[in-house]
Amino acid sequence: MVQARIGLAKSGLAKSGLASQKVRAALWFLAPMVLALALAAGWPLGRTLYYAFTDATLSDMADHGFVGFDNFWNPEWGGLFGDAKWWRAVGNTLVFTGASVGLETVFGILIALVLNRPFRGRGLVRAAVLIPWAIPTIVSAKMWGWMLHDQFGVINDMLLGLGLIEAPIAWMANSATALGAVIAVDVWKTTPFMALLVLAALQTLPGDIYEAARIDGVSRLRVFFRITLPLIRPALMVAVIFRGLDALRAFDLMYVMAANNADTMTVSVFARQQLVDFQDVGYGSAAAALLFVLVAVMTAVVLTLGRVRMGAAR
Amino acid sequence: MSGRPGILFFLGVGLIVLFAGFPFYYAVVSSFKSGSDLFEVTYLPMFDLANYRAVFTEQPFGRNILNSVVVALAVVVLSLLLGLLAAYALARVSFRGRGLLLATILSVSMFPQVAVLTGMFEMIRAFGLYNSLPGLIVANMVLTLPFTVWVLTTFMADLPRELEEAAFVDGATPFQVVRLVFLPLMGPAMAATGLLAFIVAWNEFLFALTFTLTNDMRTVPVAIALITGATQYELPWGNIMAASVIVTAPLILLVLVFQRRIVAGLTAGAVKG
Amino acid sequence: MTAALRLSGIRKTFGRATVIRDVDLDIEEGEFIVFVGPSGCGKSTLLRLIAGLEEITAGDLFIADTRVNDVAPAKRGVAMVFQSYALYPHMSVFENIAFGLTLGRHDKAAVAEKVRAVAATLELSDLLDRLPKQLSGGQRQRVAIGRAIVREPRVFLFDEPLSNLDAALRTQMRGEIAALHQRLGTTMIYVTHDQVEAMTLADRIVVLNGGRVEQVGAPLDLYRRPANRFVAGFIGAPAMNFLPVAKLPPAWRKGGGAVTLGVRPEHLILDPEGPLAGTVKRVESLGDSHLLHIALEAGGDIVLRGQGAADVRSRQAVRLGADPGDLHFFRDDDSAISRA
Repeated sequence: MVQARIGLAKSGLAKSGLASQKVRAALWFLAPMVLALALAAGWPLGRTLYYAFTDATLSDMADHGFVGFDNFWNPEWGGLFGDAKWWRAVGNTLVFTGASVGLETVFGILIALVLNRPFRGRGLVRAAVLIPWAIPTIVSAKMWGWMLHDQFGVINDMLLGLGLIEAPIAWMANSATALGAVIAVDVWKTTPFMALLVLAALQTLPGDIYEAARIDGVSRLRVFFRITLPLIRPALMVAVIFRGLDALRAFDLMYVMAANNADTMTVSVFARQQLVDFQDVGYGSAAAALLFVLVAVMTAVVLTLGRVRMGAAR
Repeated sequence: MSGRPGILFFLGVGLIVLFAGFPFYYAVVSSFKSGSDLFEVTYLPMFDLANYRAVFTEQPFGRNILNSVVVALAVVVLSLLLGLLAAYALARVSFRGRGLLLATILSVSMFPQVAVLTGMFEMIRAFGLYNSLPGLIVANMVLTLPFTVWVLTTFMADLPRELEEAAFVDGATPFQVVRLVFLPLMGPAMAATGLLAFIVAWNEFLFALTFTLTNDMRTVPVAIALITGATQYELPWGNIMAASVIVTAPLILLVLVFQRRIVAGLTAGAVKG
Repeated sequence: MTAALRLSGIRKTFGRATVIRDVDLDIEEGEFIVFVGPSGCGKSTLLRLIAGLEEITAGDLFIADTRVNDVAPAKRGVAMVFQSYALYPHMSVFENIAFGLTLGRHDKAAVAEKVRAVAATLELSDLLDRLPKQLSGGQRQRVAIGRAIVREPRVFLFDEPLSNLDAALRTQMRGEIAALHQRLGTTMIYVTHDQVEAMTLADRIVVLNGGRVEQVGAPLDLYRRPANRFVAGFIGAPAMNFLPVAKLPPAWRKGGGAVTLGVRPEHLILDPEGPLAGTVKRVESLGDSHLLHIALEAGGDIVLRGQGAADVRSRQAVRLGADPGDLHFFRDDDSAISRA
């Protein structure tokens, strides 16, 4: 479909000039990539959206009937919109996304401000900050799972040692703390990404603005809010949007830390549980389709806003 | 932002390093403890390799590592190859539909993985790729190809136009321009992008969990997530920590060595987007 | 004699903007042609159209009687030297020069021999293993020229090749390019905004403005007989003075619809009997010559260039004259009234 739209720029195929030679080459160069994406993304996505309107089961996906919008809403058993567990998953996803992206942004800016200042060993510190980002999510989940262990965990040991708590806390078993723990781990893991993007933005700022502000005797806090923040805002917005869309689809962390626990279940975990554990392809696909639509709409809005703003800047 | 950094500043730096590094340090400490030692919190390492031996004898962990390496390398090579060619077309040729194609590619990188799960499952079963490495390689391309194309395109667009034109006047075909002129100049960009793709494929969990069945086809993340003990409530934490350290140490080494390039790749993908 | 290159009604548009408007031009075998004009006049675009790097919107381009509008750059028999040299940074000098030859199925030994021969004529023999970044600006320029020579093109194209060099090196390279043209005798087209380069190198100069050819001619022809006000003002430094004919004394008027008089600074002389009166505003001494900026009594400013040191001072009243044969007259459409 995409290929059909890549028309030859008015020249026509018969010509052999450079421009048409390049356009022809471009078609060949793009074909494998477009084919791979169509095969690995386009087709599966289309099938998922299709199955969302069926009652297929995993054991025999070919044998299914078309049920219209029943998976989303029906008077008999409610569908997704009448499923409390689904709404819980939606709530968890939104809380997880909001809290973890918000905290990451704040910590990311703080760390970037520290790393933006020249001091001895800065390169080493910057590398150390990247460590959580490089650790596979599964491994982070396991590491933190062990650190948060109710009886033998180092977190409880530290808190007891500092006298902050009187008895060990069962972090993951307690519905009041489970989601918080997952958020904390995600913040630990993804703050480096945010910090590095903010740092990259900070390093493009001209130094003379600060010189001028210092001569004018403006306080540091004011400089940050009046000068630095507005200047890095475009880059910050991009990072926040990327991370936000990424957090909406979170799966690995909660699945490994708490399996299918309802306290931490996100939409992705919900969808996979329906799909694989309960073998309900139709219902699971419907959940996945809703998540896709949510992300797609947000992406479209972001892309459009981005283009409008770029247009205005020109 | 100005003046000499004071004690408070270095305290902050120390806190950041501790916060970033402690969990991995603690995993290393735990991985060297076996038996009942594990159930006593200590902060200094001892040196007992029992867990490491156990990881490789109690399950096919060597095989899991091999699986992960094969999948990740194949994904990197394929992504870079397809990405490089596509990047030339997207960065240096003007054709109708170019903007639309770029936007599509960017949106695919935002796809929730779970949205392609059903269709991918069906396709992988139809091709007889269930519980096999080729199946995982195909699935992983969804995650790596879009950003590979995107990052390589931004790098490719920065190369001087006259170099390409000189090569055309010299008689090069577009493919020769890519292979002989641009590819050698894209070395750092390819390294950064390849590294990012490797990390993504190495860490991938959802597809590997869903599309494999047997222990000897699993990749490392799934193997670690599914390490179980005698009962459900007795996880062999020592083994898990040892396995975690084994798969993470090479990554951390890569990151420490290629820090600058990774940052360049990350920011090219995000900031310019 | 057949033309080495023929441009017939060449037009180029980018979107809605027309950058080349119906250019006709015949270039003869072995000629050194210079495209000159202010920035944005389309001179580089015209060169890129000839090279095949841009597509021709309308019109025909012939190289040695073959229409090449749709022929790929490499098959046109042209070689190009770029403003930024465009050397392949990862290849040695040898590989840079050999690149075009190695793309085809050439005998390796023959390629090496050819490259060495070209390198020898450009005094690059000792640098063949170096990378471009290890070379000076002048050496890079010579490698770029070597890369063009080795392809034995029918036409050489130069796109402002000297603009990245400092003044001394520029003069030296200018000499080398002139010598190269004498030695090879190949047709060369050279784009520059520098009129000294244009005057010293060209057999014929093509003056472009706003995508149109204003005049084609030998350097001294353009200087002596500019076809219009634009060429008159563009060729020569400092630029020609223009005065409205209506304000001039009768001695400097002319019939035939002349509305503007042009006189070059170097043709004005201080002459107590001269027809123009004015006051010296400023004196600029250049050593071998001097410039006088003079405010005319009749209104307007004028520049005079004299030899040696100036013997007048600021605020001094002077009278000016010129040999009537050195005066140019233009109609109200800016075209020149032809001189004897």
